Order: sequence, then structure tokens, then C-alpha cells
Amino acid sequence: MYEIVFHQTDGSSQAVQLERPLPIMQAAIRNGIPGIVGECGGQAMCATCHVYVREEYLRSLPEKSEDEKEMLEATAAEFDERRSRLGCQIVVGEDLERIEVDVPETQL
Amino acid sequence: MSHTVIIGAGHGGIQVADALRTISGEGKITVLSAEPHIPYQRPPLSKEFLSGESHEPPLPLRGQTFYSERGINSKFSTHVTEVSTSSRQIRTADGGVFSYTDLVFATGARNRRLDVDGAELQGVYYLRDLDDALSLRSALADARRAVVIGAGFIGLEFAAVARQRGLDVTVLEMGDRPMARATSAIVSEYIVTAHEHAGVKLRFREGVACIHGENGGVSSVSSTDGKEYPADLVLVGIGVVPNTEVAADSGVAVDDGIIVNEYLEASEPNIWAVGDCSRFPNPLSGDPIRIESVQNATDQAKCVAANIAARKAEKRYEEIPWFWSYQGRLKIQIVGHVQFASKFIVRGEIEERRFSVFGFKNDILTSVESINFPAHHMAARRIMTMGLSLTPGKAADPNFPLKEFSFNEKKKRQTENDSGT
Repeated sequence: MYEIVFHQTDGSSQAVQLERPLPIMQAAIRNGIPGIVGECGGQAMCATCHVYVREEYLRSLPEKSEDEKEMLEATAAEFDERRSRLGCQIVVGEDLERIEVDVPETQL
Repeated sequence: MSHTVIIGAGHGGIQVADALRTISGEGKITVLSAEPHIPYQRPPLSKEFLSGESHEPPLPLRGQTFYSERGINSKFSTHVTEVSTSSRQIRTADGGVFSYTDLVFATGARNRRLDVDGAELQGVYYLRDLDDALSLRSALADARRAVVIGAGFIGLEFAAVARQRGLDVTVLEMGDRPMARATSAIVSEYIVTAHEHAGVKLRFREGVACIHGENGGVSSVSSTDGKEYPADLVLVGIGVVPNTEVAADSGVAVDDGIIVNEYLEASEPNIWAVGDCSRFPNPLSGDPIRIESVQNATDQAKCVAANIAARKAEKRYEEIPWFWSYQGRLKIQIVGHVQFASKFIVRGEIEERRFSVFGFKNDILTSVESINFPAHHMAARRIMTMGLSLTPGKAADPNFPLKEFSFNEKKKRQTENDSGT
């Protein structure tokens, strides 16, 4: 079992348990987590699955691809050089068993 | 109490329901979908869903609980048979009757069918919905040779996946270049190079004459040039026809799409149309156009939801269109209307497989096509959405800071808005 915790700007949070590895974006959409849009279906084409990864998990993340870096420049909410990632590009459940992310106030 | 009924549960239909409910917790919302499945995302169906890497169920548009939690009444496997605009009632094939205060057609489009001998043979596939994608995915597991009819988005996305899966792939296209409706000749040429490099065979000015069968399945495709291409799988991607029959039968004006005005209102009161089925006035030219894309469907949906909630047509649809395609290692992102441009400027190096083509009409930027260059695409979207003046000279100048130009202006305008000036 793997786990993703989504923290919302209103202070609420939702934990999602996964039986199989899934990208953060897909886990959010499949479980109805507010604030994650994923308009392009997970192809790093729309920058609407932006999340801020919490500090303690940053070391465990895969490197950003060039495409992800470029799309992150275009997020609707403020870009955080360290913590901003696209949820479609981070798979939870392989090298990463658990993660906590902050959901930005807007994606569009 | 108001009751908005939405026919169709694709990207547009679901976005109308979501946006309307976000604006107001009041009023009844019903979505009627002919498909049996929980509404799902379509773009992956022609891409990673076919790649065989994933056996996850399709990505839903919203989670299972969305509909009940947001108070959206959703009915699947429900075919609308009749709309009466005078009594404002909808009838469905299973005997249901729904009264509406507003009605949204989000009925999408269906595949144009191939009309040649052999088109009904087993092994001839189309790709539009989840059921198409499921049968195509299982057929791909055993297929060795695929012939693709049509070098548009669907044909080429499929060709790339099939080739990656090791199939021998030939694409037949009647026109003289790929994706001709959506891209410039420069980008078309690059797309040809990229697919040929991957081992896909592309044949232009060559259509299908007939399909031959053997033991009930497909065995080869004869082209209009008299050539014969062996195949055990044929994928037809020759465009779509908008689903307008129910609208037309109810007296709503239709002409290759449901005709709507700049507020996306149809010819009859309290009826709207969004997405692939909607023919709307292009904000740039006034000419009626129909656009088949996720962005168009979702942005039109938000516009219609705002107008329904306001109880009057006050918001015009004026978004700049953008869309994308993923073909093997080729990432194509397009913003604007390529067909308006008469002059094209290349920024970046085509040889490095990473560039953009800026299209201009009378030195006004009308489109940007980016190949493997998301930074250009996002800058272009900011520039076009804000209506910034980018000259052909600046676009061509490699030292001109495109990103900073788009961002500085955006920040400046935000500051102006924040300070209330």
C-alpha cells in the first residue's frame, strides 16, 4: 500500500491509499481530489496538475525532465523553484512509497 | 427551480455541469450520456492507452463520487430521441421525459465511415471512444502489419504507437501533406521526416480503393494508385461528423454543426451547444467554425455555464484555441489559427528537432506551432491571450527574450489590476 496526502489551501487534507503505482495526478482524479485538473490526461501538456511537494519528500523525487521544467514555468499559481512539480510526472509506488503535497489555490 | 439538461458526457458536457455547480449550489443539473461508462478522458485513448504499457482503466474526467457529491444527476446508456423546444421537454429511448429550463448540446461527433468495398471486414477499426480503443488495443496485440487511412491527428498518433509496438505501418493520405487542416507546410514536412525516421511509411496523394479479406478478416488494402499493401489491421482516421440529428429534428438550425452565436446560443431559446458539435463565429474573422479539441470543449463549457447562471447571454466566447498531439517522440503544440497565416517564421533549429513556427497575417501573429518546445508554446499562449504585439522580426531574432517578454507584460498587467488602475 502506498499513500499520497493532499493538503488544501483551506487547511483540509485528504489521504489516498494506492494498491498499485500511479502518478499523483491520476490518483487525484480517480479519487476526486479537489484542485487537480489534469486537462491533458497526463502528458505534461497543460500544467493543470501543479503541486508543491513537501520538503521532506524532495530528496526522493525523480529529476524534472526538460518538458516538465518548461511547463512548470506556465503554472497558474506561483512557481516554486524547489517544490513545484507536475503531478502527472511523479509516480508514487515505485521508489516512493509515500508523499505529501500542497495543492495550489488555482490551476487555470 | 431551474433544470439544466446536458446531452453528452465528454469533456464539454461534464465541464458545463461542473462549472455551473461551482457558480451555484442551486438548480437541478442532469447529464445524459449515450455511453455506458463513467465519463472519461479521451486524449490518452489514441496514445498511451494503446501502447500496451498500462492496463489501468481509462482515466475518468471526474472521480466516482463527484456526481453525487456535487448534486449532478448523471444517466448513462441513455439515448435522447426527441427534444420539443415548445414544451421544453426531452424524451429518451428508455421512456424517460425531462423538462428543462436550459438545454446544452454537448453531443460531440462521430467518425466519418469509410465507404469502399471491404470497409465492413473484421480488422477495420476506428478510434473515437473507449470501446473503439479497447478493441483496437486487443487487436494490436496480434497484428503485424497495419495500414492507416488518413494522416490527421488520429491516424498519425495511432501510426506512432503501432510502430513503437513493432508493427509494420503504412499511412495512406489523399492530400499532399499530413495534418493539413491544422499545421503549416513547414511543420507538415517535419512530421513526415519524424515518422519516416521512426520507420512509418507515408504515401501521399494516395487513397484507399478497396480492402481485401481472407477468412473473414482483412488481408490487404488496394490504393487508388493500384498498389496493394498487405495488412491484418486497418485504422480509419478520415475525420468526423458532428452529432446534430436530434437538434435538427427539433428545429434547431444546423449546418455541419449546431449553429450558435458569439454567446454559444443556438437558434432556439435556452438552447446552447459546446465542443465538437458547435459551429460558432470565429472571434477573429466572424466566420463560422467548428473546432475539435479538448480546450475548445472545456472553455466553451465554462462560457455557457456562466451564461446559464447569469440567466442571460452576457459572456462572449473569445478564447484563443490551442491543442496538442503526441506522436512517438514528437510533441506538437499549437496555438491560434494556422489557416489565417500567410507568412511563417521559424524560431529554433529544425535540425535539432526543437523549434516553433510563428504564423503572421499582415505582420499580426495568428498562430504558433511548437515542436518539442513547450516553453515556446506556453510563451505563445500568454502572448496571444494578452494580444501582445510580437513582430515577425522579434519572432525570428534568437536573441529576443520571448519568455521574459510574455511574462513581463503579464506581471505588469496583474500589477495594474491589483492597484485598481
